Amino acid sequence: MKLLLKGGRVIDPSRGVNRVSDILIDRGRIAEIGRNIPHKGERVIDVKGKIVSPGLIDMHVHLREPGNEEAETIETGTRAAARGGFVLLACMPNTNPTIDNQDTVAFIHSMTKKKGAARVLPIGSITKGLEGKELAEMGELKGSGVVAVSDDGGVIHNCDIMRHALEYAKMLELLVISHCEDETLNIDGVMNEGYWATSLGLAGTPTASEEIAVARNIRLLELSGGALHIAHLSCAGSVSLVREAKKRGINVTCETAPHYFTLTDEAIKEYNTNTKVKPPLRGKKDVEAIKEGLSDGTIDVIATDHAPHTPEEKEVEYELAPFGMIGLETALPLILGLTREGVLDLNEALAKITNNPARILNLDGGTLKVGSTADITVIDLEEKVIVKKDSFQSKSRNSPFIGWELQGMAVLTICGGKITSMSDQVKNKLCGRTK
Amino acid sequence: MIKKRLRIMGEIEIEKALRHLSHMIMRDVSHEELALIGIRTRGEHLATRIKKIISETSSFPIPMGILDITLYRDDLTMIAPHPIVRKTEIPFDITKKAIVLIDDVLFTGRTVRAALDALIDLGRPRCIRLAVLVDRGSRELPIQADYTGKKTVISATEMIEVKLKETDGYDETAIVTRA
Amino acid sequence: MKQQSLPEHKSVEWKRKDILGLEELTAREIEFILETAESFREVSLRPIRKVPALRGKTIITLFFEPSTRTRMSFELAAKRLSADTANISSSTSSVVKGETLKDTARNIEAMKVDVIIIRHSMAGAPHLLAREVSPGVINAGDGAHEHPTQGLIDIFTMKEKKGKIKGLKVVIIGDIAHSRVARSNIWGLRKLGALVSVVAPPTLIPAEIERMGVRVCHSIKEAISDADVINVLRIQRERQKAGFFPSIREYHQLFGITRKSLESAPFDVLIMHPGPINRGVELDGDVADGPYSVILDQVTNGLAVRMAVLYLTSGAGEKR
Repeated sequence: MKLLLKGGRVIDPSRGVNRVSDILIDRGRIAEIGRNIPHKGERVIDVKGKIVSPGLIDMHVHLREPGNEEAETIETGTRAAARGGFVLLACMPNTNPTIDNQDTVAFIHSMTKKKGAARVLPIGSITKGLEGKELAEMGELKGSGVVAVSDDGGVIHNCDIMRHALEYAKMLELLVISHCEDETLNIDGVMNEGYWATSLGLAGTPTASEEIAVARNIRLLELSGGALHIAHLSCAGSVSLVREAKKRGINVTCETAPHYFTLTDEAIKEYNTNTKVKPPLRGKKDVEAIKEGLSDGTIDVIATDHAPHTPEEKEVEYELAPFGMIGLETALPLILGLTREGVLDLNEALAKITNNPARILNLDGGTLKVGSTADITVIDLEEKVIVKKDSFQSKSRNSPFIGWELQGMAVLTICGGKITSMSDQVKNKLCGRTK
Repeated sequence: MIKKRLRIMGEIEIEKALRHLSHMIMRDVSHEELALIGIRTRGEHLATRIKKIISETSSFPIPMGILDITLYRDDLTMIAPHPIVRKTEIPFDITKKAIVLIDDVLFTGRTVRAALDALIDLGRPRCIRLAVLVDRGSRELPIQADYTGKKTVISATEMIEVKLKETDGYDETAIVTRA
Repeated sequence: MKQQSLPEHKSVEWKRKDILGLEELTAREIEFILETAESFREVSLRPIRKVPALRGKTIITLFFEPSTRTRMSFELAAKRLSADTANISSSTSSVVKGETLKDTARNIEAMKVDVIIIRHSMAGAPHLLAREVSPGVINAGDGAHEHPTQGLIDIFTMKEKKGKIKGLKVVIIGDIAHSRVARSNIWGLRKLGALVSVVAPPTLIPAEIERMGVRVCHSIKEAISDADVINVLRIQRERQKAGFFPSIREYHQLFGITRKSLESAPFDVLIMHPGPINRGVELDGDVADGPYSVILDQVTNGLAVRMAVLYLTSGAGEKR
């Protein structure tokens, strides 16, 4: 089936394109880009006034399947992704069983094929069972199709094991993604150490906990070589460490998540457990530093760290609640908020959720090049939505943004040429000019 | 909204009524046993005045106290927020005393009922008498005053308003009609 | 039914059904509780120490942490107001069977109670409870967050002994980091205009506490030289094992209140302690029993303050 997107502003950071063009999709690929492509019976969608971007990529999500299907499944997680404008997800290995073997990878591939509304690329674990002790069979994992390895959700405290992981992954040309926190410094911490933790009487985690781990992993990378990507930077110190390492030419990349440039630890004030996340929400200075890191390119990627938890898990005492918040359906407007604030321009903002993660994960996606897979996200920069508890596609509701009015939504998501999500606006007003 | 206001006692009438009450109390109650207890807030000031009048002719020291009946009200469950609680100050043992309870207006009798319960919790007086400045009728409980300054029968839409120098700057009793 | 109304009895705007902390109360609200407590103090001096104000009301103490004195103080306060009380403590409740706080709360609510008094080892548990149920919720201590009634009791006692709070120099000594009593004291005292210093080794001072409006000091001598009140906090022995200070002995040497350390304090300083005291650790026995000590007054005042809190919250009407 052919599909013609007419009159949108095409922004493709991979090629530095920013102009009004039509896009013709044919057999799941981008067939043609140009002004006034004549239509010959294909389905036409008028996207005038909208932004047409390469399909969004989220390189850090937790889909909970297999193991905790109460909180999320590949089906619901990818539907949430499609709604939020994402076409491609890299999912973390802290499932049950862990993604430390080819059977689990195969299971995720097959579930995605059957029920997925987005492509899902598994990330294998670094150590067996995320225990931080013995290396997982990375060779086999690579062979079965993982795009990176990570012990996210667990932390590798032992320097030897981290070093060996980097060395071994280097041989396999596998990216290592690291959750950086030295937990010996924050054994009980449930939020950022500072005024709000003191006021609320909750145990705090100092930013030094993250900085120590970032510094250590950068040093180990220098020792081992290979490629290291640091997950969800949350504080000023980490941004400087990465900035300095990049200056020295070290092969390190990193990401942050929308909550780290949107919220501070003040959000925890009412003990809303949906604000409990790891690393924790930080102070104002850290938020500013994260924005600076995004702006000067130190931070390559914005990823959601979408971490669903059921209401039963979250409606408990703050200390008992699990860490994590969902993010797929609120990420894009929060990222676009950075463009309104002047932190990033639209091209830079989209690069951090298209081209950059594609490059780091060594994927073909994240581009609107003619001939590439038709992964496209159409964005209405003006559309405003009030986030409601019951309006999520995700199976979970643990968002700290419930009640917020967000601006700039994906109105049409196309994954491999297939429409995976379409807003009512598009459905009602723009569709139906099929001849 | 106050619609109408009819003055029934001025400063002189109130003074006369208090002198009358004091006279009756002195006639009935033995001076050794007598103790005055005013119900907050206006009963307290009336008790102080009566004590002063009695002291003009009697050399016995007359113990006096103030009772706050808020915690004994029978309508607490119906009032939100709860009314302010003030101190009860009765600096003597009421047991075996002849207590004269003093209030400004006797209406439903519920305040007096509460005051009686409160007093009984404080000790066992030999007797309790009731003195009021105005009895306006419309009782809801079987309670009567022993000493009354002025009796007047008014309807449910009317109210007695007592103003005293101590709280309001002037002495006056009036019938007010609510619209 | 309308009683012949006295204008002074007109309702004050007390609309809170919950008291979760002093941080959220205004200075006026704190003063109003203290004034009401003043009226309640006399009730405990009567031959019959009971008034019928809360007859027919049911008050539950829900204690997830052992505490004899706070629970008893609340229970007695409720009983002196003629409320019915029942006690659920963690050892007897279904908590050990894995029931969540939310379910426990719903079950208590289903029994039609008016006020729940909760003590919990985790900060924010009372807030969770207050969000879930309609009865009033009174925080009787949640983790290291707040213990609002203890804060009120301490302030009430300071006001009783010193006549005022504004300008009063109060020194809080001890495990500030883990102390809910310290936080409630700080919020309440700062709102009423007292000058507050906290004294402890740096390991027991939480981050950025200066932003709560207090002065931080690591020397007793310096801190107490012009103090009006010294509020001494309990030191839990487990803190030493967790590495916050080298030994109980050294803590006592550096931060214990002894007759000797008090030599640098003004002659009319008050010594307070929320109890229970570790004699010879944070406070020497002869000081606790000495002329400066108002520790037992705190206990007595506790009843009046808690009666006031129960009276006000149970009259706050329907759930918001």
